[in-house]
Amino acid sequence: MIRIVTRPEPSAFRENVLRLFAVVAALAAAAVFMAMMGYNPFDIYAKMIAGSLKSAYRFKETVNKTIPLVVLSLGIAVAFRMKFWNIGAEGQFYLGAYGASLVAFTMPSLPAIILLPLMLVVSFLFGGLWALVPAVLKSRFSASETLVTLMLNYVALKWISYLQYGPWKDPAAKGFPKIAPFGKSAILPDFLGIHIGWVITLALVAIIYVLVKKTKLGYEIDVLGESEATARYAGMSVTRITIVAILISGGLCGIAGMMQASAIEHSLSEQLSGGLGFTAVITTWLARLSPPVIVLVSFLFSVLLQGGSFLQSSLQIPSSVADILQGIIIFFVLGSEFFVRYRFTRSAPGEAGK
Amino acid sequence: MMQFVDALSYFLQTAVQMGTHILLATLGGILCEKVGNLNLGIEGMMLLGASVGFSAAISTANPAVAVLAAGLAGAAGALIYALITVTLRGNQVVTGLVLTIFGAGVSGFLGKNLSGKSLPESVSHAFAPVSIPVLRDIPVLGKMLFEQSIYVHISIVIAILMYVYLNHTHAGLDARAVGENPGAADASGINVSACKYAHVISGGFLCGVGGAWLSLVFVPRWQENITAGAGWIAVALIIFSTWNPVKAIFAAYAFGALKGIGFKFQNADLSLFGSKIQFSAQLLDMIPYVATIIVLVLITRRKKKEHQSPKGLGVPYFREER
Repeated sequence: MIRIVTRPEPSAFRENVLRLFAVVAALAAAAVFMAMMGYNPFDIYAKMIAGSLKSAYRFKETVNKTIPLVVLSLGIAVAFRMKFWNIGAEGQFYLGAYGASLVAFTMPSLPAIILLPLMLVVSFLFGGLWALVPAVLKSRFSASETLVTLMLNYVALKWISYLQYGPWKDPAAKGFPKIAPFGKSAILPDFLGIHIGWVITLALVAIIYVLVKKTKLGYEIDVLGESEATARYAGMSVTRITIVAILISGGLCGIAGMMQASAIEHSLSEQLSGGLGFTAVITTWLARLSPPVIVLVSFLFSVLLQGGSFLQSSLQIPSSVADILQGIIIFFVLGSEFFVRYRFTRSAPGEAGK
Repeated sequence: MMQFVDALSYFLQTAVQMGTHILLATLGGILCEKVGNLNLGIEGMMLLGASVGFSAAISTANPAVAVLAAGLAGAAGALIYALITVTLRGNQVVTGLVLTIFGAGVSGFLGKNLSGKSLPESVSHAFAPVSIPVLRDIPVLGKMLFEQSIYVHISIVIAILMYVYLNHTHAGLDARAVGENPGAADASGINVSACKYAHVISGGFLCGVGGAWLSLVFVPRWQENITAGAGWIAVALIIFSTWNPVKAIFAAYAFGALKGIGFKFQNADLSLFGSKIQFSAQLLDMIPYVATIIVLVLITRRKKKEHQSPKGLGVPYFREER
């Protein structure tokens, strides 16, 4: 009789080999799929790599996609470490972008050096407070945060649509439902060819890394994630830790929204995220909540996304190919986790049938 | 007055049509969550159903085959989800999200050859509204219930059957036991994995059929991302209807009506007591999500057992770790 047992100590090396194997298997499976659809898979893979890396412009596009993904994932990771299943990054992103836009539109005459940091702070607060809603509902009414954060995504998104089609509609856009562009001082400048958000992002990676690995708060978050009872027993204030961690989590997602609105879109729109908040849940999970790995995984994802849009624009292959590829790869990685955590064994005689 | 009654009955007829795909998807989701699996891939399975169903309708011109194909496409998506979450004990939230991306990708890919095509006569004829004499003339409710496509009637019947199944049959109670406490269900001799597979996959079938309502009947054409987020409304309505298939009928139609109001009054200038009010379709769109959050809070306050979410929802079951 074959039984499944938990591996006593999953080794990091084995884990990574398994994941790599899963990705390779996924690429092979996707290749079969593409061949069945009448495409040459090697050609498509090569084009995707070229389309995302093989020129300064394309590389820049890829990095532009990586930036929000990293910041969102960092935010999600902080909550996930506490086992607070925040899948509301999308909504917190939009709230942050909304807060930044409020600042940009009400104080357009401020110089960039004051305006941009102010936008950053407000977007952090807006995203953080939006994330606090499910946290309060969870602690007061034990309402599932997974579901509440999911619902709040759509409330936030509809709010932006409301602004775009209603009160914030730009009269100068000739009837198009568009929000007016930001003033010049509300736009993040470039640094070494790419908007300065990348510097902010790397700084945030370092800060969050230190926070979760080296500080008391990070330790408390981890303990709380393991067991609330333990945290209480150790005399930690569960409420304080939760509030601070969730503010940081939502706040980071808000910052991602601000950077996207300011540097990429130069305005607010209901298309601003395009589902990045959901993709970030996946990247965070794949990176096992580790800030440095988040950078790597987010970059690889962006290669996939950028490669997909290159297929669309240059070869008229629908960018949905990239979605399919993304799906297949993650399905395989998700499946491979099982082999990381468990192994098969023959049960000892006498134990059979147990 | 007569005019108002007429307008109202037309409106209700439309509300039902705008809620039918949501109803089917909600039912599929209920089936899945009742055995303890939170599937956020509903949107993806609906898109799979919508695209495969439409494509099958075009190539076979057979309405039954089209619906069956749509259901199987949804079920195939659910099978992937079940493989990962039930057998391989993967994370349900992540798997569901990926299923949505995957389903959208596949449907977008298939849809490339479908846009601009129209359905064969035989299919559109089969799903055209059937007007039942006498009954359709009942004021207000007549058109809503008795001048509808057979698709609508079947979805209502499925909801009622599912209610009976979950509450009054042996197998249904077993399924709920699996969702509440898989360990205990296992101990009492229920095959937990088989039960989960069966319900997750049937749920996916219904989601697929729900998606096909759009491409085969309501729209009826293929367009990219035809579901436009209906799958997420279904995730909300599963909770809103407190996992009760019969309540899901009313919930889905109520939100169909809400959509209808949004469309109808989008640009209308109405006035109430002298002050101008404007309907915003976007703010109306918020209602299902806000209402669901309120319900989520309320069900945990009212300690009534049948309204609670299944206890084992979202938690993978592993016998050896019991």
